[in-house]
Amino acid sequence: MASEQPGFWARVQRASVERLHIRLESLVVLLALSTAMALLSPYFLSLSNFLNILLATSTIGVLAIAATFVIGSGGLDLSLGSVMGLAGVAGAFVAVNLGWPSVFAVAACILAGAIAGYINGQLVTRAFVPAFIVTLGMLGLARGLALVISKGRAIYGLPPEAVYIGQGRPFGVPMPVIILVLTAIVAHAVLAYTRFGRHTLALGDSEGAARAAGIRVEHHRRIIYTLSGALAGLAGLLFTARVNAGDPTAGINYELTAITAAIIGGTNLFGGRASILGTMIGALIMGVLQNGLTLLAVQSYYQQMAIGAVLILAVFIDQYQVRKESRV
Amino acid sequence: MTLLSLRGIRKSFGAVDVLHGVDLSVAAGEVVGLVGDNGAGKSTLMKTITGIYRADTGSIEFDGKDILALDPGQRRRLGIEMIYQDLSLAKQQDVASNIFLGREPTKKLLGLFPGFVDKSEMDRQASKMIERLGAHLPSINRSVGSFSGGQQQTVAIARALTFNPKLVIMDEPTAALAVREVQSVLDLIRRLKSEGIAVILISHRLNDVLSVTDRIVVLRHGRADADLVTARTNMNEVVSRIVGGGDTAAAAAHEQRG
Repeated sequence: MASEQPGFWARVQRASVERLHIRLESLVVLLALSTAMALLSPYFLSLSNFLNILLATSTIGVLAIAATFVIGSGGLDLSLGSVMGLAGVAGAFVAVNLGWPSVFAVAACILAGAIAGYINGQLVTRAFVPAFIVTLGMLGLARGLALVISKGRAIYGLPPEAVYIGQGRPFGVPMPVIILVLTAIVAHAVLAYTRFGRHTLALGDSEGAARAAGIRVEHHRRIIYTLSGALAGLAGLLFTARVNAGDPTAGINYELTAITAAIIGGTNLFGGRASILGTMIGALIMGVLQNGLTLLAVQSYYQQMAIGAVLILAVFIDQYQVRKESRV
Repeated sequence: MTLLSLRGIRKSFGAVDVLHGVDLSVAAGEVVGLVGDNGAGKSTLMKTITGIYRADTGSIEFDGKDILALDPGQRRRLGIEMIYQDLSLAKQQDVASNIFLGREPTKKLLGLFPGFVDKSEMDRQASKMIERLGAHLPSINRSVGSFSGGQQQTVAIARALTFNPKLVIMDEPTAALAVREVQSVLDLIRRLKSEGIAVILISHRLNDVLSVTDRIVVLRHGRADADLVTARTNMNEVVSRIVGGGDTAAAAAHEQRG
């Protein structure tokens, strides 16, 4: 077949997608954005600000990993932010109100998230309610439950071991950053190189093909939603430990940022294509954007608008490219 | 040697009788065309062969064994493979991922962590499969969705071959293809035959059926109405058996042009 030789840029693009599972455009955007911020603010380029960005990105980063798995499998989880808030309150409740050791608080965070995710998965696969509705409902349910448990007030006074998870700095690196990096490495390996990860993407690509290949589709989806909830629980743990309080309003609108990070990172909104490495770049873009706007003293209301605009823009560009490719 | 033998297959859904005693036999390495008008019962018949439907009465023997009571998975293990019209491909995944979907070879990462997909082994075997089919793909690492219809068909057939089938059932493999691509798919069918694999070809494109099959079975009103040797029949006869008499000359002429 006589196809014309693709150009250099196209070849590098393809190689980066095939070998590293990332879209080159997102790296370019990250570099351009960082350069712009460095030029605009004298405070941007410093080690402490760099660690600040990573620390601020850690919670969103963990949520974005969850979003990548769910969206990559052709699903959607709008309850990420609320479940994160619920998990943080559950952990703080166990540690402060019940007075149990920190290890139980940690377990409570993850478990609360996993249970919420498991319920999402059961409803999506057994009750045939669309994921959009199930997780939108869970968004309300989890937030309400967090407010009920905490009686609407933040639960202060976590034990020092729990606080260390959020505020500790071994070798000068914040603990949440270390936890995010470790989680991302494991998640990347699972998604890109294991049967579980490949089946996840195949499922998001074509449920019929996955079913025909003998993959237990519903079972797989339940695992994905449970995993998503557990990761939201981990994000809740990081946040709660960092601010030393179980705040029932924590994580409001975080699903917006997390989903945006995943989409910027190259996750196909309709499933079938996703990479944790790409998502991490997406999360960093969001982190740099928020950090830079803060340094430039832009009101946080505008930051919210910027994130929403970036989400729509990212999906627009992705769909534009998909349409362009399918025309060839 | 008879590979597949159906006798007196009946199947009804509630009050609707779809198959009224179908007899059909396929020899090893034989290519049999299955034609018939819409609603003649082709799909139902194929699904009773693959085991998705259970025949109400009748017998099905495959490779000398009675398979009537076996489920689709068991029949697949015996060597019955079906390629559906939609091909059931994951379009954003590459060739090897599709061929080995659900059965990926694994290795231990650093000798410690199990469950990691052995991608290089997968690619190697996938290339071998494509080569065995005498087909050419632009690149084995590209997503299947970027391929033409015929190339996608090649991937679907390669996947079917990894199960070492004795019989491959193909549902309208040429329906959505460009003319040049049709030829390459017909070549693939001949290749399967040369390897001793039997093929049942379901198709509305009678030109393709006439060019590649050994026999043509016409299904009409839930019965195998005619069993024609391809070398001794022609378009007119096949069309008249499908529509069942009447003014067939015009219909045949129409088919010939199409």
